[in-house]
Amino acid sequence: MANVRLQSIGKTYPGGVRAVDNLSLEIADGEFVVLVGPSGCGKSTTLRMIAGLESITDGTLFIGDRQVNGVAARDRDIAMVFQDYALYPHMNVGRNLSFGLLRRRKYPSRLRALFSGAYRTHRREERRAIADRVAQAASVLGLEDLLDRHPRALSGGQRQRVALGRAIVRDPSVFLLDEPLSNLDAKLRGEMRTELRRLHRQLGATMVHVTHDQEEAMTLGDRLVVMKDGVVQQCGPPAELYEHPANRFVASFIGTPEMNFLEGVIEDGSVFVGEGHRFALPKDRWSSLSVGQQVTLGIRPEHLALATEGDAMFTGEAEVVEQLGDRTDVILANGNRRMTARIASGSGLREGDSASLRADLNQAHVFVVGDGENRVETT
Amino acid sequence: MGRWTGRFLVGLALTIGSVAMLFPLWWMLVISLESPQRAGAAAEGGGSIAVWPEEIHWSNYSEALKQIGTEPWQGFFDALANSIVITVLVVIGTVLSSSLVGFAFARINFRGRKFMFLVMLATMMLPAQVTMIPLFLVFRSLGWIDTILPLVIPAFFGSAFFIFMYRQFIAQISESLIEAARIDGYGMLGIWWRIILPMCKPVTAITAIFTFIFVWNDFLGPLIYLHSDDQSTLALALNSFRNQYGGLENVHLLMAVSVVTMIPCVVLFFAAQRAFVEGIGAGAVKG
Repeated sequence: MANVRLQSIGKTYPGGVRAVDNLSLEIADGEFVVLVGPSGCGKSTTLRMIAGLESITDGTLFIGDRQVNGVAARDRDIAMVFQDYALYPHMNVGRNLSFGLLRRRKYPSRLRALFSGAYRTHRREERRAIADRVAQAASVLGLEDLLDRHPRALSGGQRQRVALGRAIVRDPSVFLLDEPLSNLDAKLRGEMRTELRRLHRQLGATMVHVTHDQEEAMTLGDRLVVMKDGVVQQCGPPAELYEHPANRFVASFIGTPEMNFLEGVIEDGSVFVGEGHRFALPKDRWSSLSVGQQVTLGIRPEHLALATEGDAMFTGEAEVVEQLGDRTDVILANGNRRMTARIASGSGLREGDSASLRADLNQAHVFVVGDGENRVETT
Repeated sequence: MGRWTGRFLVGLALTIGSVAMLFPLWWMLVISLESPQRAGAAAEGGGSIAVWPEEIHWSNYSEALKQIGTEPWQGFFDALANSIVITVLVVIGTVLSSSLVGFAFARINFRGRKFMFLVMLATMMLPAQVTMIPLFLVFRSLGWIDTILPLVIPAFFGSAFFIFMYRQFIAQISESLIEAARIDGYGMLGIWWRIILPMCKPVTAITAIFTFIFVWNDFLGPLIYLHSDDQSTLALALNSFRNQYGGLENVHLLMAVSVVTMIPCVVLFFAAQRAFVEGIGAGAVKG
């Protein structure tokens, strides 16, 4: 196992497209880091640069203590799981698992064995060692019964498992996972997520996972790296990103349903006026705000509740009511403005009903309007 | 028009087509087994067209094959061996070189790739007759005349058409397979040999069969480059046999030699038919 250090990594494609810009990140030994962001944000490029499949335009990359900028993929001691699994179709599962190991046999030792007359014994030992490792990896993933099958005879989940097995069997310093769950159906994806967590715990391996699915990222990662347009927006544990998003992009990207945003102006120091509503912000929470400042107020759906007369901040017609069992997601519409609220079930609210919402402003976020749309720190 | 009428018409057209295609072959087989008199008469048009020989004369075959060349049997076995050696080497050479070059064109980014690919395609437009004399001069100056080298060595430098086929096929193979093999520790040659070539089975089957049939039946190439009797191929032997025994009284022998010459192609075609249809790629990636 090893840590991975990215120092001011950048990638410019021929033609001038800047895919990744000045990315610095330190991934600790045994950590599970998830790179997450919308498509085209540079997360896959970053992973491929770590893998050695993509050259690094600028910056330095360390795996362990070794700088690996110019090192070929095969010499980086990494394993990668691909989105489309990339199983060799003409080999059975056992061969797929051992393919990488066969290549790693040590030729000098074979040569020595050849001259010492122990070549056959040596080869037998090599084969046995490989078979042992394949068997071990297969048992970790429950693949024992599939070793003789070809990939085309496997289900999606099984193929995914073989792809993981191929990584595990190599016992690499770093696991790189490029959207490995995105081709699975929802139920299987949930199962594989649990499986990945379990594997990570069991192997204690350093893992870098790429996904565009924030929910997957939140459930898997020890730490998340949210990227947009090749730039890291925020990096931290899931809860931190959720509770203290660095900017409006992170706030909207993390969490489902998405955070609600209201544009407005600060008045009288701590009153937010926007879209015909006035809210008194908790005093002292945003002391740095000045009068007349343009801001965006962000409120998570779960911090909204049905309001009684008087404390309503938003009134509209229930456009969508989604019963999720223990809770209900409601989208209220008023003209073009929509607000999503997550409320306790049993409110009796139906689609078409008129309802009002109140917000827990202690939980609200304020974002600067304009460049970066950073979150205003509370005191 | 009903579904069955349509099917019937298609079946009828196919039947007529295949009868027209197969009848000459069948007749060749029939004549090769007839008695000399009946065969001669049938060929002349005097006799009726027999669909089945009156009496089967297997001895026609041994008699015919014995008379190839100067020594009894020797000429036939020499020609057979030469044909097999040349054909097998050319098939191996064409498959190896064409798939390797096709792989490079499909998967390696190098400067001038598109231009080189165009140049290679352009060589397909050149008729073989144009390059025949310059090539002969080159091979003569190398001292390769009357050896199999001029027939075999060029195959190891790829064939434009098959390179094109391999390139198209390899371009469809998922890039991630190649990347996975790179991470697994293989270089480009290793990937070509262990991943690409096994996956290209359908193309390889087509390449091998087409090349085999073309080289096995090739007459002009051996005629230009092979002069001695013991270098002769079956196609050349068949021709000199025809010159010697071309008369109607020997037509049964000529047909017997023709049938023997044709057998490997037919067998190969039926044996490899499945490979034409079979797609090995299923299940490689998501799907």
